Amino acid sequence: MAKGVDQRWRHKRGTRQWALGHFWTTATWIMAFILFFPVLWMVITAFKHEGSAYTDPPTLNFHPTLSEFSSVINSTSFTGGFVKPFEDSLFVTFATLVLVLAMGIPAAYALSVRPVKRWRDVLFFFLATKMLPYVAAIVPIYIIATHLGLLNNDWALVILYTGFNLPLAVWMIRSFLLEIPKEMLEAARIDGAGVFTELTRVILPILLPGIAATALICVIFTWNEFFFALFLTTTNGTVPVFLSGFQLNEGQYWAELSAAATLCCLPVILAGWIAQKQLVRGLSLGALK
Amino acid sequence: MASITLDKVTKVYPNGFEAVHELELEVADGEFMVLVGPSGCGKTTALRMVAGIEDITGGSVCIGDRVVNDVAPKDRDIAMVFQNYALYPHMTVRENIGFALKLRKVPKAEIKAKVVEAVELLGLTAWIDRKPGQLSGGQRQRVAMGRAIVREPSAFLMDEPLSNLDAKLRVQMRAEVARIQRRLGVATLYVTHDQVEAMTMGDRVAVMRAGVLQQCDSPQVLYDKPKNLFVAGFMGSPAMNFFEGTIGEGANSVLIGSQTIQLPEAFHSAKPALRAHAGRPVTLGIRPEDLALLGTAEPSTGSSVFEGEIDLVEALGSEQLVHFTTDARQVDLGEATGDTAAGLSEGTLVAIGGEGVARVDARATLVGGTRVRFELDPERLHFFDAVSGQAVAD
Repeated sequence: MAKGVDQRWRHKRGTRQWALGHFWTTATWIMAFILFFPVLWMVITAFKHEGSAYTDPPTLNFHPTLSEFSSVINSTSFTGGFVKPFEDSLFVTFATLVLVLAMGIPAAYALSVRPVKRWRDVLFFFLATKMLPYVAAIVPIYIIATHLGLLNNDWALVILYTGFNLPLAVWMIRSFLLEIPKEMLEAARIDGAGVFTELTRVILPILLPGIAATALICVIFTWNEFFFALFLTTTNGTVPVFLSGFQLNEGQYWAELSAAATLCCLPVILAGWIAQKQLVRGLSLGALK
Repeated sequence: MASITLDKVTKVYPNGFEAVHELELEVADGEFMVLVGPSGCGKTTALRMVAGIEDITGGSVCIGDRVVNDVAPKDRDIAMVFQNYALYPHMTVRENIGFALKLRKVPKAEIKAKVVEAVELLGLTAWIDRKPGQLSGGQRQRVAMGRAIVREPSAFLMDEPLSNLDAKLRVQMRAEVARIQRRLGVATLYVTHDQVEAMTMGDRVAVMRAGVLQQCDSPQVLYDKPKNLFVAGFMGSPAMNFFEGTIGEGANSVLIGSQTIQLPEAFHSAKPALRAHAGRPVTLGIRPEDLALLGTAEPSTGSSVFEGEIDLVEALGSEQLVHFTTDARQVDLGEATGDTAAGLSEGTLVAIGGEGVARVDARATLVGGTRVRFELDPERLHFFDAVSGQAVAD
């Protein structure tokens, strides 16, 4: 009797859990779809002709074409060439990434593994730079850039973006460094490693997943930054500035804009894919405790 | 091959905490020295100072006949095994073991030969190309040993290398580590909080408490002739029973609660220091195994009867632990040594209340709540000064 009740109860509970599980799965899929929908719409529109991009109501019944892509890439577009801003963005992103990592890793090391004097103050200073409202800095930065002759120069953006990314990079890499067992570094010191060997042969290989995560965030920020790029450049604009050029008084060129935007997304997706492989490797490496 | 000498080594942290106070210790060439004590007694700090990964505040550390106070860890010619093994997760077993040799620019062929030799010695051949993440705890521990022995250092330093292993593996590795050390004949300083490890592995054992060396001697001497209450209580499990007692006039008896233990003439006349305590309170120490079950029989000549009431019997299969109560006031080790009993030691039982423990034959029939009689040989009694806690010397 008691067993029967128990089984029935268990059955009931099982059914409820099953229903709940399916509810959450479905809800997650719906949320994911809603978030992904604009991106999907952008990609679909990129394969339409300018004419069929305007249908009301919107339709999925169209003849896919690559003509808008080719007009973007072959610079037949009215906004000017696509290749130049794309190259500028690649350069700015790559140079920023190299500078951020080259400065961020040693800085994080000095703030964690072998902490320098007053390291807490230094860390707070890094964080404090993030508290300044973005817009407040534009006038002084514009004036400085003008005086240094860096207006409309990619290097102005590289320097700025390095400054923006560095605090976050130092904080992130530092927290990854703190995860490395202290004893392992001591073991390396006893094994005969100096500071440089310790950093390059013991710390860096273990830190790689952390560096990948940091690099990815840095790349995404740099690639997508619009505000400073718009103010500090004219002909040398990066990709976001280029995309904004599609908004004209005469109207919107949706299909071409979508094609250009789709192309501009590719490098970030590629960076994410590369970083993800590293991140997974990091998870499987695991801490040795 | 070299000896390790610590001469009045002191460590004071910037916050003023003195972790190690004027530690004097000599590990002879080839000797296995175990540094044992409760958590926070300064044993690991002492080891780290020898390794060079902790600065020395005062005194000097010598390896061989060279003072190494200001020598970098890598130039001290030592190898260290860490508690959490500290293996490099991105390197295979082979690379982990060979890393130090590689940094020393030893020729590749030689590295390979030495690594293979070490791996064979440790029974790791099948795992040589695996990474630490793919190994079990015991295997990782062996890799850590391999990394140390391949260097052929002057001295080994080991910081609780077995404490992360499960109980069974720990017993197995205990023997293995001791065997490897004997075979290589390298001076070894081994830190542990486990008194069983200390007793079984060490040629000599140094007991530390609150940064101060209490006693350093062979395990048997530590067990039989502890210099003070702390050493007596720390070595041995279950721990020694401590009762308040009073030495009778002429030192021919000792009063424990309401029970009198006769001290034979030959015994007390050989202990002038004990006679000096005549009529004064002392702390009496009785090892649990020195209380033999007597039943209703009379004790043999020279022995006395010690009685109690059974409180609890723990059957361990090979023996039984009898917890009993007497009317004698028990000495709280924490009070006597200025420590809290809880922080005193992991792995030792410190009885509280008016209780004692006896270790008796597994087959004896014992019932809780009944009286129990033990035979006590006065020769096996330990006497400590009631105030200082120091052993009353012969």
